[in-house]
Amino acid sequence: MSIILDNVSFKYKDSSRRNALTDVSLEIKKGEFVGIAGHTGSGKSTLIQHFNGLIKPTAGRVLYDGQDIYEKEFSLRELRGKVGLCFQYPEHQLFEVTVFDDICFGPKNLGLEEEEIKKRAEESMEMVGLDESYREKSPFELSGGQKRRVAVAGILAMEPEYFILDEPTAGLDPKGRDKVLKLLKKINQEKGITIILVTHSMEEIADYADRLIVMDEGKVKFDNTPAEVFKHKEELESIGLTVPFAADLTTDLMVNGFVPEGSPAITLEEAKAMILASYKKDR
Amino acid sequence: MIREITLGQYYKGDSILHKADPRTKILVTIIYIVSLFLAKSVVAYAFATAFLALAIYLSTVPISYMVRGLKAIFMILLFSVIVNMIFIPGRILINFKIFTITYEGLTTAGLMALRLIYLVMGTSLMTLTTTPNRLTDGLEQLLGPLKKLHVPVHEIAMMMSIALRFIPILTEELDKIMKAQMARGASFDEGNLIQKMKSMVPILVPLFVSAVRRANDLAMAMESRCYNGGEGRTKMKPLKYEKRDGSIFLATIVYMAVIVALRILL
Repeated sequence: MSIILDNVSFKYKDSSRRNALTDVSLEIKKGEFVGIAGHTGSGKSTLIQHFNGLIKPTAGRVLYDGQDIYEKEFSLRELRGKVGLCFQYPEHQLFEVTVFDDICFGPKNLGLEEEEIKKRAEESMEMVGLDESYREKSPFELSGGQKRRVAVAGILAMEPEYFILDEPTAGLDPKGRDKVLKLLKKINQEKGITIILVTHSMEEIADYADRLIVMDEGKVKFDNTPAEVFKHKEELESIGLTVPFAADLTTDLMVNGFVPEGSPAITLEEAKAMILASYKKDR
Repeated sequence: MIREITLGQYYKGDSILHKADPRTKILVTIIYIVSLFLAKSVVAYAFATAFLALAIYLSTVPISYMVRGLKAIFMILLFSVIVNMIFIPGRILINFKIFTITYEGLTTAGLMALRLIYLVMGTSLMTLTTTPNRLTDGLEQLLGPLKKLHVPVHEIAMMMSIALRFIPILTEELDKIMKAQMARGASFDEGNLIQKMKSMVPILVPLFVSAVRRANDLAMAMESRCYNGGEGRTKMKPLKYEKRDGSIFLATIVYMAVIVALRILL
């Protein structure tokens, strides 16, 4: 059970520039929480659109559960139900008169029964923390964070097995950001839905993801656990990314001999424990 | 597929036609259009052909670009040629049972087709060698005298250039919206006509919402930079007639004189 990209390359038709993706091979397994990072123009948005067949690769294959998604008998619409993709701006997808109707749009397209559609929409509204009072509201009168939650609910109602989010926290205040990320973690742990999170923030990845894919100039630069990837601080900085504050701090402390050599901490909690441990030892 | 739509069809170049003042090009194009309607004889058409051919040669724009513009009027062209051919009375060339083709009909149809083709090619030569912004600048200057009649010339020109500026932005947005809805299982090319129209709603609503929002933002940004209409506003690059504009006008006047003379004499 996985999505496999097999030597995928892609070039935009109207651009004379280099490939947007070059020879990307990777496998997303069921139940993972994957973070995808990279600076603007590194090909991460292009990459995620391959997972549900929105973009057809110029070369290479995309396999869903071992089946080529561009084979004739394969239904792309079904695939898009299983691989949910939520774009950055909820404004691009909200259109219905009420929040509830908008969430029903996805399941409706999957051709489900009326009852099932309603049940799923209600469930996903509850999951993202939108109570009954939002049901009949217009999606256009909501705040940015609320709109995003409606957009997420609209995808969740399709009950995807994989859920891709393109910068779901951009433009949200810290509180709204935590809410969205905690929700994703919950979906991942309770429902076993694979989460693929595209973000600029290494902090988010350090706190939530268990695998990190770093893209640079259309190629996969790193693909490992966040802790392993954050060891390459200089390389990351050379391609315009940062390491989380905790990793930055503990790396410096190690270099200067304040804490014992080893892997840098990646979350604030780990850094705190590491510093306290060596502090106590010194006393 | 959406990206292929282009309205401002500027072809980058460095020819005399590219450098010429937009006002010159607009006026010459208008004169050329008038000349096409004055031309009645084959000789006059030969002059019109030569003038256009010279302009195309000078512009360095590949002729295929102008032919592309002709595709849009192909049906009109075909229709008018056939109607002219069948319904104009005169010396009979070929006689079918239901209709006849006459010598007069055939020549009128031929010249008519040429006139239509030259019209389209002449105007597209202008838009191909002028950026949309220069074009609206030129129009604003040419229509300037209308201000005395309280026609909001500057506002109209500003609206035109903003509209042109927004076309690529909105097509890109349309592309994103379509993808977002496709990711939710929408499809836009299934079912009968009514179903197809209904499937456009999920695209059009976000597009209009975003267009209105962008318009609001732009208005704010313009006002915060003290924009308050054309009154007293100066230009960074004011339009100025150069020597080459003079020679272009001279050539056009000579050409027009020939066409008028031919019209009177023949």
